[in-house]
Amino acid sequence: MGIFNNIKKMFNKNKGQMSQEEIDVLEKAEKYKKGMEKTRGSMATRLKTLFDSYSTINEALFDELEEIFIMADIGVNTVLELVDSLRADVRMRSVNDLNEFQSIIIDKIFEIYVKDEVVNTNLNLSDDGLTVLLFVGVNGVGKTTSIGKVAHKLKAEGKKVMMAAGDTFRAGAIDQLKIWAERVGCECITKPEGSDPASVMYEAIQKAKNENVDVLLCDTAGRLQTKVNLMKELEKVHRVISREVPNAPHDTLLVIDATTGQNGMNQAKAFTEATNVSGIVLTKIDGTAKGGIVLAIRNELGVPIKFVTMGEKITDLEYFDIEQYIFGLFSDLFE
Amino acid sequence: MAFDSLSDRLQYALKKVTGRGKLSENDIETMMREVRLSLLEADVNFKVVKEFTNEVKAKALGEKVFKSLTPGQQVVKIVHEELKKIMGDEAESLTFKVQGITIFMMVGLNGAGKTTHAGKLALYCRKKYNKKPLMVAADVYRPAAIDQLVTIGKQLNIPTFELGTNFSPVEIVEKALQFAKDNHHDLVIIDTAGRFHVNEELMLELENLKAVAKPDEILLTVDAMTGQDAVNVALSFHEKLNVSGVVLTKLDGDTRGGAALSIRRVTGVPIKFMGLGEKLDQLEVFHPERMADRILGMGDVLTLIEKAQDAIDEEEAERMAKKFKNATFDYNDFLKQIKQIKRLGNLKGFLKLIPGLGSQLKNIDIDENKFNYIVAMISSMTEQERKNPDLINSSRKHRIARGSGRDISEVNQMTKQFEEMRQMMRKMMNMSPREMERMMNNMNQPGGMRPGTNVSQSKGKGKNRGRRAPWQ
Ligand SMILES: Nc1nc2c(ncn2[C@@H]2O[C@H](COP(=O)(O)OP(=O)(O)OP(=O)(O)O)[C@@H](O)[C@H]2O)c(=O)[nH]1
Ligand SMILES: [Mg+2]
Repeated sequence: MGIFNNIKKMFNKNKGQMSQEEIDVLEKAEKYKKGMEKTRGSMATRLKTLFDSYSTINEALFDELEEIFIMADIGVNTVLELVDSLRADVRMRSVNDLNEFQSIIIDKIFEIYVKDEVVNTNLNLSDDGLTVLLFVGVNGVGKTTSIGKVAHKLKAEGKKVMMAAGDTFRAGAIDQLKIWAERVGCECITKPEGSDPASVMYEAIQKAKNENVDVLLCDTAGRLQTKVNLMKELEKVHRVISREVPNAPHDTLLVIDATTGQNGMNQAKAFTEATNVSGIVLTKIDGTAKGGIVLAIRNELGVPIKFVTMGEKITDLEYFDIEQYIFGLFSDLFE
Repeated sequence: MAFDSLSDRLQYALKKVTGRGKLSENDIETMMREVRLSLLEADVNFKVVKEFTNEVKAKALGEKVFKSLTPGQQVVKIVHEELKKIMGDEAESLTFKVQGITIFMMVGLNGAGKTTHAGKLALYCRKKYNKKPLMVAADVYRPAAIDQLVTIGKQLNIPTFELGTNFSPVEIVEKALQFAKDNHHDLVIIDTAGRFHVNEELMLELENLKAVAKPDEILLTVDAMTGQDAVNVALSFHEKLNVSGVVLTKLDGDTRGGAALSIRRVTGVPIKFMGLGEKLDQLEVFHPERMADRILGMGDVLTLIEKAQDAIDEEEAERMAKKFKNATFDYNDFLKQIKQIKRLGNLKGFLKLIPGLGSQLKNIDIDENKFNYIVAMISSMTEQERKNPDLINSSRKHRIARGSGRDISEVNQMTKQFEEMRQMMRKMMNMSPREMERMMNNMNQPGGMRPGTNVSQSKGKGKNRGRRAPWQ
């Protein structure tokens, strides 16, 4: 795998010999690596021991691979698809070298994610005028925290940012966002607890327009995707935003907790239906869970991942990069 | 192919299985594959699934097949029984000190629902055990976590102890315990910050908190949507803290909640409560059995399988089938059947037990009340009429209507439906499996059943819209 070899080479290079671009890539890779240390641990160790204990590629090896992918929460359907296509590849190209097989595995995961498209993980920022980002998701996944981190990042990139406290339901939610706004150093538009969230958005948009804000980040209350009324409320929020600003929300980001299992697929389906989700923020990859369900979501619904978060600090967020992510999952195999 | 439930999966798998009626080792293999996928789709940990399917397999091989069940149902039954065994029979209750202040400590990952459930439990214990709870805000890390608990406390009118974010959790808890003593609280519920089980520093903080608070319950709060990692999380928390119970939250969604099974199996810690919503009264004592059904994704079908074994006398069922076949089925048989069905409690569930019919019946509405009317009408028939349905002419119908207090149109409807049913059953009983399948496929098409199956259909309005069973 060319990309991995590049990263690998960089790790062995002396920083003085590197271009700035290379240093950026490396720093990002190290951040992922560190953030995913715990995640990687069991997965890579298992793969390693797996390959150590086999001398040929046989059915038992495929079965064990299947288990390893399942353990990463990559959805059952996607795993079956993945393993079947690995089988087919091995047969077709009559592969019997385990090293070659390892890179085929990585390639296959790439394929599932990339799908012969140029995947756009950048935010869809508007060239002129206000950009609105809407954050949605089930309860407790980290929407509010992610807004703080994304806002911080955008501000560092020179954007003028503002927040809208659309979670008017959960106790303490408005205060929580306000604290993040203080940390970022930006304005946060609030209405009292219990207000109509759509009206918060409306007001925030007017303010953002008047104050020439570049990016408005909108928080919403967590809701389970099965709650019909709450999903309707979200549709309304979405409607108001798109009515007030052309092409808005420019991105609707579904926040998914990396510890989520197969229910993540239902979440992606329902939220996409209600709000036309354009990207995923995968949170909490600093634990031991792997968040593999996002691969299944990409595979089955085509929604790309735009950000990953790996801690509670304001800087613990990175643009998603599939190479880095997979590198984070398997890096022990390459060292 | 997506399946709603294990029974759907098994139905599908059974199409590939030959030799119905007996469980061969091969059949069991095929079905175990489906059981395995079904449990994995429910997020049961793959290691647990592996052990579990091996156990079920061993069990299924040795077991006699009930005549009243198809092999698929037989496997579902074994799977369900084994699941229940793991989940335990009954929810275990909370431990309270006989004297002095009882202390609970909520722990878990970020966003699992600790703060909300601290509130829910405080409310529950006040209501159910007449306790005077105090909540303690020991999450000094997450922005506004203290506000959140204080707000919940206000909503419930339960005092919350907080010292802002400038004290350590240990100091806060020490002072809170003193406060509780001074103010005659008999229950203290400590809300702690969310943390990863692999964060050593923060896990150590919990161990210190435990040493200070000496809690009677350490409740690990787990999001029911958790995937494969649930086992790691539960094991780490349990290892460090010796957790006494699990609160499974967000079960109001559509997650199958396999994490419950994994945690219980791997740690042995009982699940004590389930969270069923964001509102503070949406807390219920854990039902192991309901959870087992949910993981299998099959609602109440399973209990019906059990009930069916008790309620249906196998010989009687065979006699009945013969009667259907020869169309000697009369009103006495009809009555007997209805009584049997009523004993089963729920007709829709019962119909699901008919092989191949289960998945077709999902959208059919059945008014169970109608049965009582039918029983009344049949009871108003003479013995002769019951034995020989063809005797029943217009004047007899009027008499039956008067006798049962029903309208003549209802009697007409019932006799018509009885006829249709008799026809349909005879047809079905004489069908080859392939014909049967074709008929089922026809029934499954949009627009309902096709002509030629002798099944009438009517469309209801509003709530009851949907296909109806022939006897409605
Ligand atoms: N639908 C539903 N939502 C729940 C349930 N329990 C908690 N929540 C919601 O889940 C979110 C997180 O709950 P919290 O109680 O703040 O969770 P926590 O574990 O205290 O979170 P941190 O303190 O941030 O680690 C909130 O939006 C709650 O309203 C439940 O049983 N059902
Ligand atoms: Mg909390």
